[in-house]
Amino acid sequence: MFGLEKKDARLLILVAVLVAFAPFILNPFPEGSGLAQFNAGYPDLMQRFVIFGIFAIGFNILFGLTGYLSFGHAAFLGVGSYAAMWMMKLLTMNVIPGIVVSVIVAGVFSLAVGWISLRRSGIYFSILTLAFAQMSYSLAYSVLTPLTGGETGLQPKITDPRILDAALAPGATPKANLFGLEMGSSVELGMGSWLFTFNAGYYVAAIVMLVAFYMSIRIFRSPFGMMLRAVKSNQQRLNYTGLNTKPYTLAAFVISGMYAGLAGGLMVAMDTQVGAERMFWTASGEVVLMTILGGVGTLIGPVLGAGAIKYMENILSKINSDILHTWFAFLPDGLEDFVVTLIYPFIGKGWHLTLGLIFMAVVIFLPGGLVEGGQKIAKLFKRKSPVDDSPDGKTTPAE
Amino acid sequence: MSKLNLTRRGVLQTGVVAGAGLTLPTYLRAESHAGFTNAPTGDTVTLGFNVPQSGPYADEGADELRAYELAVEHLNGGGDGGLLNTFSSKALQGNGILGKKVEYVTGDTQTKSDAARASARSMIEKDGAVMITGGSSSGVAVAVQALCQEAGVIFMAGLTHSNDTTGKDKKANGFRHFFNSYMSGAALAPILAANYGNDRKAYHLTADYNWGYTTEEAVRTSTEALGWETVATVLTPLTQTDFSSYITPILQSDADVLVLNHYGGNMVNSLTNAVQFGLRDRMVNGKQFEIVVPLYSRLMAKGAGANVKGIFGSTNWHWSLQDEGSKAFVKSFGTKYGFPPSQAAHTCYVQALLYADAVERGGSFNPCAVGEALKDFEFDGMGNGPTLYRGEDHQCFKDVLVVKGKENPTSEFDLLEIVEITPVSQVTYDASIFGGELGACNPGA
Repeated sequence: MFGLEKKDARLLILVAVLVAFAPFILNPFPEGSGLAQFNAGYPDLMQRFVIFGIFAIGFNILFGLTGYLSFGHAAFLGVGSYAAMWMMKLLTMNVIPGIVVSVIVAGVFSLAVGWISLRRSGIYFSILTLAFAQMSYSLAYSVLTPLTGGETGLQPKITDPRILDAALAPGATPKANLFGLEMGSSVELGMGSWLFTFNAGYYVAAIVMLVAFYMSIRIFRSPFGMMLRAVKSNQQRLNYTGLNTKPYTLAAFVISGMYAGLAGGLMVAMDTQVGAERMFWTASGEVVLMTILGGVGTLIGPVLGAGAIKYMENILSKINSDILHTWFAFLPDGLEDFVVTLIYPFIGKGWHLTLGLIFMAVVIFLPGGLVEGGQKIAKLFKRKSPVDDSPDGKTTPAE
Repeated sequence: MSKLNLTRRGVLQTGVVAGAGLTLPTYLRAESHAGFTNAPTGDTVTLGFNVPQSGPYADEGADELRAYELAVEHLNGGGDGGLLNTFSSKALQGNGILGKKVEYVTGDTQTKSDAARASARSMIEKDGAVMITGGSSSGVAVAVQALCQEAGVIFMAGLTHSNDTTGKDKKANGFRHFFNSYMSGAALAPILAANYGNDRKAYHLTADYNWGYTTEEAVRTSTEALGWETVATVLTPLTQTDFSSYITPILQSDADVLVLNHYGGNMVNSLTNAVQFGLRDRMVNGKQFEIVVPLYSRLMAKGAGANVKGIFGSTNWHWSLQDEGSKAFVKSFGTKYGFPPSQAAHTCYVQALLYADAVERGGSFNPCAVGEALKDFEFDGMGNGPTLYRGEDHQCFKDVLVVKGKENPTSEFDLLEIVEITPVSQVTYDASIFGGELGACNPGA
């Protein structure tokens, strides 16, 4: 199907089904119950799951296939966001031009950065990209304030030109839309005490993500992808055979930069605001974590990693000591306080600590990331089968 | 793969269960129900406290959260009632808001616009918060304010000092109690002129971001109006920790006043460097060299230690104020937490109460009703004297404190002394000078 092997087609369909039914899957607990705290099926977080999924898929094309560790991918995300925002301010609140231009601008910018950074490899490459990203961040934060809004960032204003749009009704605010379908609009479905939210913006982002995922599968399976893997396993040997690897690595770099720009454009489309922090080095580090946590070089890994990190950031960080006290209210007073004190450092603002511990555990015990964990579990339940020597690398991490 | 065994009985059973699930009361509905976003339906109402719990302003955030918890306690009738007793409006009864018990959710802004908006959106979309408040930087305040305008909930800004929040980026659903750069400049300039003379030459070091620019501009224009001359204004990167290279040129210029438009850790470092370079012992043009810090906070004074002694600055509120409101607040905060509150805690506590009061007076949680109730609302007894919530830009107008570092602090909290309380008339400005458009209130879907 779609020129995919059977195994890949199955994976694509699985992802499509998961994405389509995410509002159900992510909201397993009834409203008002104590466990509703762990529900993640609200529009903002679902949008973030798929957007950061795209970001991580793109990053994985560079890092997973060529082994080049870029520490500055957030810069492309940010540049894409600014481009999309300006399209919305100048042209139209329709998200299409914004998203298209964000991909193009990020592509051009990553071409420039990649052209220079790819002269080096290994740690030097990482440091160069990091330097570029920090440079972009500083520029956006202060020097380029007229263009980027500096600290306060950019938002659509009532007074923006929007030359393609009709004049706003009095009192209305500009809202991102897709030919009139507002990104923020949702339909809620109540079933007993369960409440499921279907958000227009989420499904737009989800469709884009599926397309991005499909393209990533095609790249992984193409001769071009094979060449990138060759770069990863031994670039020197490749050079000695008379091959110039630079065009391949540069192409991979630009493609992943465009993925980042696409994610940036979508972020603006879903939530019409952009600030310079989006380009800060911690944001670049985050996508590295996502990819490694999920499984470097696997197809589905980065998406899982992005989901895991965003889930912790948004759900774990909102548990405060009050909520803990209500959970453990059944314990005797002294014991309750003790248990709460034990858990408290790991929730709320301590979610970074939890993330760090999980990350360490994954790197030590599951070097292939969450995907490897899944495989190990699957193996437990699997009947002994003849040696599976599929060379496609779909489920095996590349290294 | 395990083999899938389908039996007729299994299929039938699954079918019956699934069918039963689907025939549960099922209905589709659009987001709107009571005419505005997140209308509270049960006997509780949820407020969202969005404060920096990690990052450079985590200290302020922790203090803000303490203040909010205190405010919720007082609104629900717990504790000693705090400012409810001194507040000039008596609409609040200590039985929650409109009889609904106040509950809250918290989030971490990380002092990043993106994280702050994500956190605020989850409060609105998931937890059903009807009001978002907090924050400790103008970038975050502007970002979250715009989000609340779009979503149709009220935003009560926490600590944000830039002119933009209620200036060019003002929104109908957003309200700010804290003062701004313009007011700092207007309050500070006369005191500086009175103490240091009218013929000073000022040298500005300014943090290279939005708040820095507006503060520098405010101080520059107000001091120049009184006869000062501005020798140079130099931008310093926000991430700078060593300011020595910026101090040396000052020694070579003929400036005799240094204005540090820095906040938080920036100010602590730049002031410490300036003192280490002996600027304060310098004589230029026969005058003693002086240093000025436009926006002071106790947490900053603590960081800079002995270096703040005798240095002028402005602040929104200080716990050593002796009016009834301030005393009551310091007392309840001190009883609960064991130390006096910071100005961030004060402004957040007051914002929470003002919101609750506006709902009570407006008779509804509808953002438009709240906005109407807060519009041109005059109140007293909250620690800043008579205060006006101006309708044109949703900015509070009240007296501004000019403070200076205390020469002989008696405790680690007693670091600033109040030099003068600048009357509100002196810091009032025309609402149109910063541009921007308030727009109409948005009650959401």
